[in-house]
Formats: sequence, structure tokens, C-alpha cells
Amino acid sequence: MSKTTSRPQSAAQGDEVLVDVTDLKKFYGGEGFFAGPPVKAVNGVDFTIKRGETLGLVGESGCGKSTLGRTLLQLETPTEGSITFDGTDVTTLSGSDLKEWRRNAQMVFQDPESSLNDRMTVGEIIREPLDAHDWKTKQERRERVLDLLSAVGLRDEHYFRYPHQFSGGQRQRVGIARALALEPEFLVLDEPVSALDVSVQAKIISLLEDLQEEFNLTYLFIAHDLSVVRHICDRVAVMYLGKIMELGETEELFQDPSNPYTKSLISAIPRPDPTDTTRRITLPGTPPSPRDAPEGCPFATRCPAKIRPEEYTHLDEDVWDGIERFREVIRERSRMDLGVTGLARRGVGRFSRFDDLEEAVSDLFEGVDVPEEVRVHIEQAVEYAKKGYPSKAREYLYEEFSSVCDREKPKFYETSGTARYSYCHRHANEYEDVDPVISRRTSDE
Amino acid sequence: MSSETHADPTAGDTEPILTVENLQTAFYTDRETIRAVDSISFDVKRGETVGIVGESGSGKSVTARSIMGLIDSPGRIMPGSSIKFQGQELTELSDAEYRSVRGSGIGMVFQDPQQSLNPVYTVGNQIRESLKINRGITGEEAVEEATDLLEAVGIPDAKRRLDEYPHQFSGGMRQRAVIAMMLACDPDFLICDEPTTALDVTIQAQILDLLKDLQEERNLSILFITHDMGVIADIADRVNVMYAGQIVEQAPVEELFANPKHPYTRALIDSIPGEHSRKEGLETIEGEVPTPNEPADHCRFAPRCPKAFDACENVPPQHVSVSDEHDHTAACLLYPEDLTESHRVEKHLSLANDDTEGDT
Repeated sequence: MSKTTSRPQSAAQGDEVLVDVTDLKKFYGGEGFFAGPPVKAVNGVDFTIKRGETLGLVGESGCGKSTLGRTLLQLETPTEGSITFDGTDVTTLSGSDLKEWRRNAQMVFQDPESSLNDRMTVGEIIREPLDAHDWKTKQERRERVLDLLSAVGLRDEHYFRYPHQFSGGQRQRVGIARALALEPEFLVLDEPVSALDVSVQAKIISLLEDLQEEFNLTYLFIAHDLSVVRHICDRVAVMYLGKIMELGETEELFQDPSNPYTKSLISAIPRPDPTDTTRRITLPGTPPSPRDAPEGCPFATRCPAKIRPEEYTHLDEDVWDGIERFREVIRERSRMDLGVTGLARRGVGRFSRFDDLEEAVSDLFEGVDVPEEVRVHIEQAVEYAKKGYPSKAREYLYEEFSSVCDREKPKFYETSGTARYSYCHRHANEYEDVDPVISRRTSDE
Repeated sequence: MSSETHADPTAGDTEPILTVENLQTAFYTDRETIRAVDSISFDVKRGETVGIVGESGSGKSVTARSIMGLIDSPGRIMPGSSIKFQGQELTELSDAEYRSVRGSGIGMVFQDPQQSLNPVYTVGNQIRESLKINRGITGEEAVEEATDLLEAVGIPDAKRRLDEYPHQFSGGMRQRAVIAMMLACDPDFLICDEPTTALDVTIQAQILDLLKDLQEERNLSILFITHDMGVIADIADRVNVMYAGQIVEQAPVEELFANPKHPYTRALIDSIPGEHSRKEGLETIEGEVPTPNEPADHCRFAPRCPKAFDACENVPPQHVSVSDEHDHTAACLLYPEDLTESHRVEKHLSLANDDTEGDT
């Protein structure tokens, strides 16, 4: 359990690695003297994809999964890190080398409405990549397009039709045919079935599986729908706020997730079984802004199994939850722009915008018996914020209530023999493991 | 948290708050008439959650809009349709009368909260507007009430949030704000049209919990529309499965998932990925959902149905009871199971004839 590593390794050594990503980062903005902090969309991820496998990438919107997919294909330039594809570092490619490599790696987009040009016929759409790469002769291109149409389950007569004449599922088939035109080895599928109905979804998934077998394709399957991922992927990486939280074999990861985030995410999927009585872990709040990510573990602000500082381990869950929510309120206020008037009023000690904080506090701790040791700190923080210094309040609370989860980045711990890695402090020997903490919490409710 | 909140069995005896009978909504275009909702009947009892589940194009949203009186030309609710809300016939109301029902009686939450909120007014402003129009609360009192409402839907730091604009809210928060606006009207009945479809699963879980809590606190009745069988299993007490404008199966939620009777319901449940791992493969339904542009003189699912036989092409299936213990009906010529094929066809034919005679 306590075996740690800076980066997760691939499972079996014998398999050939096709894509190898090392410490990949993609930041937006933050350059220049007056810029605010950058948006850390992808904040240091490591993983490998073996030839012929499907790696799933799941996470909530805004966690950076699409950015990661786009960066892998060099549609975005990485800020840091390397992407090795079949032995070559593609981050260093440019010009004709990059174009040549792009034949090998293609993408299928989420929205079949907007990813196909409405003014081109389906034949032209699928032929476009062939034209762009000057593939063989005109006659052969035409033949190729017809082959592709039948490969994705469309008919020859569809060649001259326009996208608007097709249903969503058919359009997604066209998108897949286009991606396959240049016989790539690697496909990034960015939410390929999210916009489709269940019965259509099932057909596209079956198609993707068949194509993978037929052409020996390697997939990176990006989705927010966990049940689809469970069905199609060999391994899954769970992302949160630009970080991979857990990585492992699909079935095992779904049956027995290690990371508190994965646990919460899986328990939140509504099961098509009304008799199911397993308790759902409902996470509080929303993910923090990627511009202002927590210093330690990215999940620290919402984690149901967060480690508490030693001096507060005896507090009731309700009190502790109240403190966490209060810190969130203060964090949000510290992000607010006070404006010139606000700053001026603060200068003369007449700042009043945050006078409603006390009401928020009384609401947060409604019906909870707050011990004196906690109350003094909360009141002090409210004092700071009301004077117009929410950042000071935030720091004060950090000093007082932060634990290892807030302060230090976790390591990857190997949590099972089959190359499963989880990014969480709880896996270290000195802390109680995730399971007992979460089950205690859910049974309390 | 997931299933124990289903209404207790005694709730079945109470008076329905909403009764929809033979509702037909058609859209007239130059080329054809689309029967988006074709003779559906169901009811919702006080304090319970009734689900409508179906694929896109099955008529779920048109059903909701028909109840809310939001059908515009070229759409029309056909004569003979009846929507009774708390004993009042809604189809005969004038626009002004409808507005008072929409205000205080029925609230509706749409799929995309972004479109239900006005981007140029603060959230507080919009909730206060709702309070002023529907309950005549203004001034300081309205601010208090709006703060309470935002707190009731689980938005922390509510007072400050009142002064923010919708774009400053996250997706889940916006949906909460919309629900707060609905609650400002103090409705008895809430129609939720795919309220969680645009949200992430962890946020969806929060919203579903919120709706259940609100239902318990305020004894709300909810009509919940979704395409997601998982969500239906979680929130509904009774379920209507819709296909091409018709309800093909009606049952209590547990009964529906345990014993799906209609071939379409079965196919829908089987095509949910995930619960079974990939080795088992995924069932698919061949073909596409048809556009309901012909009169219902046959089973609309027949062309895709693995169990279809000749009569399915020319006999309109009627709802027949398929369970001895539960209130469970399916519109399929395969039932009632204890009769022979020709007897079943005859039964459905005579039921269909009774119906048309009743109408004229």
C-alpha cells in the first residue's frame, strides 16, 4: 500500500507503449507583468497508452480532459512536459514533420452538429483529409471514401448528401470515417457519444469497438459519462482540476476505487436499479477555479475523507463541515474584485460590503454547537474580512485549520498489484485509509 | 439516500393533483401533420414523483409544454384532450387565466438554466420579480425571502449571491437558482424537463437530493422528464415510458425495472452501458425513432421490434394490465399473455374501437 512513485507505470512490461506522456502541463494566460495567475488546465500529468488499448479519461467539465486530448494531438502547444509517440517526442515536431505525424493521430469531436461543414457533401468531408495530405490519385481517394462509408455503416448513396440530411448518430459516423481516412494508429475520441440517445450511443460504441479490432487502433476515450467508459475502456484515468487522481484497470477501478474522488464520482452515477440502497456520497460545492487551485491536493476543498489537523480530530462532523464551508465562502470572497471604491473605503476604515458575512456564518452553523476553540478563530476571520481583508482572513483560516491535504501535494501510491495508482495522502501508512473514513461518514447521515 | 425516499404506499390512495387524459398535441406543417403527443393519459398524485422517460423525439418535452400551455402555432392541442389540474380543466383556459396557474400552481424547470435566467439582471432581482408578481412581496421583505429561498436550495453565502449575475454562477448553482425562482411562486406542482442533463454527475446528485428534500418539506408533486434510466430509477415513484408520441408502458418504478414488459422498455434497459462489463456486449435497437406523422393505426415500434408479428402492422395496441399485483400496463399486442395470439389481437381491436366510439 505504501509504495509510492512520482509517476505511474504501465501495467505489464511486455506490452508495447504507443503514447508516453511525462509531466505534461498546459497553462493559459499568466504571461506578462500585469497578468493574473494562469489557468492551469492540465497541471502535470503522467500516463502511458499501450498499442491497441483504450484508455478512458473521465472527469467533470472543466477538469482539463479535453485540453489534455487536444494537447496530445498538438492542437495546443504544451507549456511543459513531453509526449512521446512511438519513440518520437512530438512536442518538438514542427512544419512538415508535424503534418506527416498528424496522419497517425486523429480526433473525433463531441458535437456532430458543429464539427461537420454544412456546405460540404459527406463525400467531400471525408475526402478532405486525403486531399490535404495529397493521398494517391483522385480516383483512389474516391474509392477510399466509399470504403470508409461502408466501414462505418453508411451507404454509397450517402456520398452526395449534406450533413443536415443525417441524424445525430449518422453524423457521428461521418466524423469517425473522416478521422479514419488517413489510416491513423491513434484516435482521440472527445466525448463521441455524449450528444446521442442511449440506443444510438450503443450503436456508435459497438462501431468503435469493431473498428478498433479491424484496424488495430489505439484510443484515448474522453467522457464524463462513466457507464460508457466502463463499457469500452481497458484502463481508466480519473481527472480532477488538471491532475490525474487515479489510474487503473477499468473493472477493478469501478468495483473497488481507491481514491476518495473516484469513490464519490462512481457513487454519484444513478444506477438503473430502483431497489439499489447503496448510500450515495454527495459532494458539497463545486470544483475550485483552475486559476486558484489548492496548493496541496486539488480535491482538498470537497473531499469527504480529508485528513484533519491533529488538534481538531475530536470535532463533530457537522462542525468540521461548517468550517470547511466557511473557508470556501471566504475563499470566494477573497477572489472578488473590491474595486476602487472598495479599496478607498477600506483605506479609511469604512469598508462595509462584507457586513453580511455574519449572516452567512450563522446559516452555515445553524443548529450546530460550535466549541469555543473554533468560534474564536471564525470570529477573528469574519473580523478581518469585514474590514476588507478577505485574503488575510483566508490566510488566517489556512494557518489555523489546514492539514496535510491543504499544504502538501500527495504522491502516487500503488494501491493494488495490477498497476493501480491513486493520488491521495490517505494511502500513506501514518493515516487511516479511505474506506473506513467514508463509510463512517455515509452511515452518520 | 437513494431509494428510501420513495413515497409510502398509502400515497397511492390520495387524489391526483394532475390528470392528463387522451392528450393529443399535433404540429401542422405544409407537408405533414406531426402527432408529437398522440393520445396519452396519466396522472400525478399529491406528493409523488412521476417520471416520463424516452429518447429524443419521443414527445416528452411537448407533453410538458402542453401541460404548461406553452404550445405555439403551428402546434395545437387537439379537441378531446383533457388536462385537469386540481380539478380545473386547463385546456379551456384563456392566456390570462393560464398565467395565474403557471404562477402559483405549476412551476417548470428547464434543461438549460442559462436560458431560463436573464443575463442582464442579478439573480436576486429575478427572484424578487417572481415574488412580487406571484405573491406581492416587495422591498426588504422580498430580499429576506429571496435569501431564504437561495439558502433553501443549498446555495451558501446566499445574501451576497443575490447581487451576482447568472454568469457568475456555475452550472449547478444556476439550476439551483432557477429552482429557487420556481419555489418563489410557491407551486404545488413542479415539472422538471431534463433538469440535470446538462450537469456533471456529482452536481446531478446534488440536484436530485435537493429535489427530494424540497418535495418532502413542501409536499410537492413532481413530473420528472428525462432520457436517463438511471435518474428515473433514482427519483421516480411511477414511470411512463414514451415512444414516438405514445406511452407504451406505465408502472411503479421498482416493478418496471424488475419486470419490463414492453419490448421497447426491455431494449431501452438493455442498451444502458456500464452495468454489465464489455465482455457481455451491448444490446442495440436497430433503426431510428420514427417521426409520428401517420395516425396511430398500428404499433409504432413494430418495425424495430424483435417480437413483432403481422398484426402489429395494422392493429393499434391498447394499454392492458400486465401484472396482478401492481398497477402496471403495457400497450403491446403480446399481452395479456394468457390469451392466444388471435384472441389478443381481437381484444386490442375491440378496445381500440371502444375508444374511438367514446370520442365521437
